[in-house]
Amino acid sequence: MSNSPQTPGIAPARLDAEEVARNFSDLHPAYDDHEAMVAADRCYFCYDAPCITACPTSIDIPLFIRQIQAGHPEGAAKTIFDQNILGGMCARVCPTETLCEEACVREAAEGKPVEIGRLQRYATDALMARGQHPYERGEATGKRVAVVGAGPAGLACAHRLAMKGHDVVIFDARPKPGGLNEFGIATYKTVGGFAQAEVDWLLKIGGITVETGKALGSDLSLDALMDEYDAVFLGIGLQGVNALRAEGEDKGGVADAVDFIAELRQTSDLSSLPVGRNVVVIGGGMTAVDAAVQSKLLGAENVTIAYRRGRDRMSASRFEQDLAASKGVRLIFNAQPKTVHGNGSAAEIEFEYTRDGANGLEPTGETFRIAADQVFKAIGQTLDGAPNGLTLDGNKIAVTGAGRTTRDKVWAGGDCASGGDDLTVTAVAEGRDAAEDIHTALMG
Amino acid sequence: MADLSTNFVGIKSPNPFWLASAPPTDKEYNVRRAFEAGWGGVVWKTLGLDPHIVNVNGPRYGVVYGADRRVLGINNIELITDRPLETNLEEIKRVKADYPDRAVIVSLMVPCEEWAWKEILPKVEDTGCDGIELNFGCPHGMSERGMGAAVGQVPEYIQMVTEWCKANTHLPVLVKLTPNITDIRYPARAAHAGGADGVSLINTISSITSVNLDTMSPEPSIDGKGSHGGYCGPAVKPIALNMVAEIARDPETAGLPISGIGGVTTWRDAAEFLSLGAGSVQVCTAAMVYGFGIIKELTAGLSDWMDEKGYTSIDQVTGRAVPNVTDWQYLNLNYVTKARIDQDACIKCGRCYAACEDTSHQAIAMKPGRVFEVIDEECVACNLCVDVCPVEDCITMERLAPGEVDARTGKVVEADYANWTTHPNNPSAKAAE
Ligand SMILES: Cc1cc2nc3c(=O)[nH]c(=O)nc-3n(C[C@H](O)[C@H](O)[C@H](O)COP(=O)(O)OP(=O)(O)OC[C@H]3O[C@@H](n4cnc5c(N)ncnc54)[C@H](O)[C@@H]3O)c2cc1C
Ligand SMILES: Cc1cc2nc3c(=O)[nH]c(=O)nc-3n(C[C@H](O)[C@H](O)[C@H](O)COP(=O)(O)O)c2cc1C
Ligand code: SF4
Repeated sequence: MSNSPQTPGIAPARLDAEEVARNFSDLHPAYDDHEAMVAADRCYFCYDAPCITACPTSIDIPLFIRQIQAGHPEGAAKTIFDQNILGGMCARVCPTETLCEEACVREAAEGKPVEIGRLQRYATDALMARGQHPYERGEATGKRVAVVGAGPAGLACAHRLAMKGHDVVIFDARPKPGGLNEFGIATYKTVGGFAQAEVDWLLKIGGITVETGKALGSDLSLDALMDEYDAVFLGIGLQGVNALRAEGEDKGGVADAVDFIAELRQTSDLSSLPVGRNVVVIGGGMTAVDAAVQSKLLGAENVTIAYRRGRDRMSASRFEQDLAASKGVRLIFNAQPKTVHGNGSAAEIEFEYTRDGANGLEPTGETFRIAADQVFKAIGQTLDGAPNGLTLDGNKIAVTGAGRTTRDKVWAGGDCASGGDDLTVTAVAEGRDAAEDIHTALMG
Repeated sequence: MADLSTNFVGIKSPNPFWLASAPPTDKEYNVRRAFEAGWGGVVWKTLGLDPHIVNVNGPRYGVVYGADRRVLGINNIELITDRPLETNLEEIKRVKADYPDRAVIVSLMVPCEEWAWKEILPKVEDTGCDGIELNFGCPHGMSERGMGAAVGQVPEYIQMVTEWCKANTHLPVLVKLTPNITDIRYPARAAHAGGADGVSLINTISSITSVNLDTMSPEPSIDGKGSHGGYCGPAVKPIALNMVAEIARDPETAGLPISGIGGVTTWRDAAEFLSLGAGSVQVCTAAMVYGFGIIKELTAGLSDWMDEKGYTSIDQVTGRAVPNVTDWQYLNLNYVTKARIDQDACIKCGRCYAACEDTSHQAIAMKPGRVFEVIDEECVACNLCVDVCPVEDCITMERLAPGEVDARTGKVVEADYANWTTHPNNPSAKAAE
């Protein structure tokens, strides 16, 4: 090992490969059979269960857990996939602490919810391990639908359309399908190449063609797609990144957190990935937490998340915050970046404290500096490259009902569309529901 | 501190916990370990005449699990001891000599002919043991040879064999009853009539615990075939408690000493058997599942509870609940209760709602915000909601005071006790004068 956490600047191999591999292993390891039985047994099979309501895809959670109890995890998986074809990924990445598990009555009763996410993983893993796909393509309708974006929204939409018998072509600008499942989600949430395996498994239904390296805007136009296909679904996510608006933002060492994470997810040898000795992440969401935690896991000596508002406003859940803290990440609240200092490259970053004033957030005038040879911006992604002619709602594609845009024959869902949280599971729900609506429109 | 020492049909032991005749008492080695651990007595694994029987050489046990593989019930196809009579007798003699303060009872099962009993009884007496227990219970194997439950199911045989034993030994005679009959009082009466000093019950219940759905063989499977076995453990306790109570309150057998057996796992189970008339309790499955160490919890728990209640000796507990066991017809129909849900304790699972709405009396309303409330007009007080609620004491049954109106019937609750025997709907009711 040539470098250490104390090596100055941005450097690879701060930890040996073995330690890095250990650091990036499964955050919540899979249950074995007995653990799953014990965990499943805690479910009360609530009437009209609150967890179902809390799940954006409305999985019948008590039913699938009962199927696990009864020794039938594959049946449990079917119950899950009926509602959420990316139930395997969602089991790994959903912030369950703010969704189903928050609603679990055992959370209210004893602060220990049934571990729904891990049970869901147990069930979906069991069925996926069989290598077969549990659904068949519906009888061919002769209708053709173009799906732009192979993220969770696009994949869920395509799968449901295939179930209905439509022919689907998915176009994606990137070289691989999966969207942020492949390029964004933290490594330790989806180990072992799960994202691609899941896409391959999903496509086994047939009737779906994936064309990568095809970007809407440059390689394709919406009008051309509308001419060629009976309907178009847009699931293009958020490709833009908000600017920091701090002095010195253009200095070396300042980068977008999502780019760092994408590179991290694609690299075949994590220990070769350079990371700063002093890393500062600016933002308060999952992206900020993931960039910070993974920097630390790569061997950065000091990692800090600075968020401009108070802890309670942070969009990363308390679980995510505690995860960061447990890995040694320092969290600073009520501090906004003012200037990145350094000669060509970042060396320090200066913050100013904030408080809630009459007209919103206001600076207090008090500043402080921390060492920073790498600064990650994680202050939110924005819609970038939405096709012309679609009405926007704020900075997302305006949709009504199940993803209907203002243009006929064009639906949208997932992060790029208005409404709903920017979560994998929400994208799945929106893609699925748009597919149902497209089907009704095409066959009506 | 409560005195746990027991004098049961003249057999003394430092506490009322005996190991039942079964694998835990199969040989000297186990019994010594049990006594070292603190058990009050043992009923030695049932002896028979030579040539000794043989057991199957495949699995003997089937199991029923609760959550987390907790054993709720075990069934077995084991027979009586499979060691030579002489070996057992020598061991019993040695153990008894070394543990004079412990109860050592010898369980016996020999053919239903007087010569057989005459042959074995003197040998057993010679060990210095404290008493004998007649195994009329095994529901499997031995019963096919006219012993065990085959005797226990015919009251006349029970009486006859008990009489032979009483005539041929001075030792106290316990008769161990099988639950595989319709009315436990008949075999108990027969034992009593034969002169038994006491009865022990229950032995195991005929059962098939499960079927292997791949091989279509009942478990435990011996080369693809299974035979019904005897069920025991916590699952059988309710059946055993009822049988003990039936004997305790039967005028014909009232006062007959009872050694209570069936599912005793904690001190509380033991206290319940005692309260329903048992003078000692026997334990098998709990020891087989957890080992002899549980005796420390059994004695400490029973002793603490007795101290708390002010009972100083076991005989003060024995039979305490018997007067409260009655026939349905004598239950007070003017005792009117309604379910009450403690909204602060409620965790909003809705199980009470599902149970009452789907299978009871539609007496729970589900209001916005998952608030569950009892509808007094519909509540028949069945208690199902209490049973299914996962939170202890969240739903309780509250009694309506005399003078209050039962919203379901519209009738004023009366203070007087009134039962079915005088109810107007009862065709054979005695006219109230
Ligand atoms: C770092 C990070 C971590 C996250 N962690 C979690 C988490 O733990 N749990 C969770 O629930 N959510 C998490 N999220 C959010 C979640 O990943 C997204 O909400 C989800 O992926 C949205 O799905 P989507 O299909 O709408 O978009 P995306 O997953 O972004 O997929 C969009 C796809 O469209 C393609 N595309 C974009 N523009 C074009 C174009 N013009 N032409 C062709 N193709 C195009 C892209 O290449 C991409 O494949 C995280 C997000 C980030 C950034
Ligand atoms: C494996 C096994 C073997 C048994 N063998 C005998 C026996 O030889 N003689 C007998 O009287 N009872 C026998 N029994 C019955 C027990 O003594 C006891 O009556 C029964 O198990 C119920 O008690 P428990 O619920 O505490 O186990 C046996 C039980 C088991 C589990
Ligand atoms: S006691 Fe029975 S009838 Fe009354 S509310 Fe409960 S379940 Fe319903």
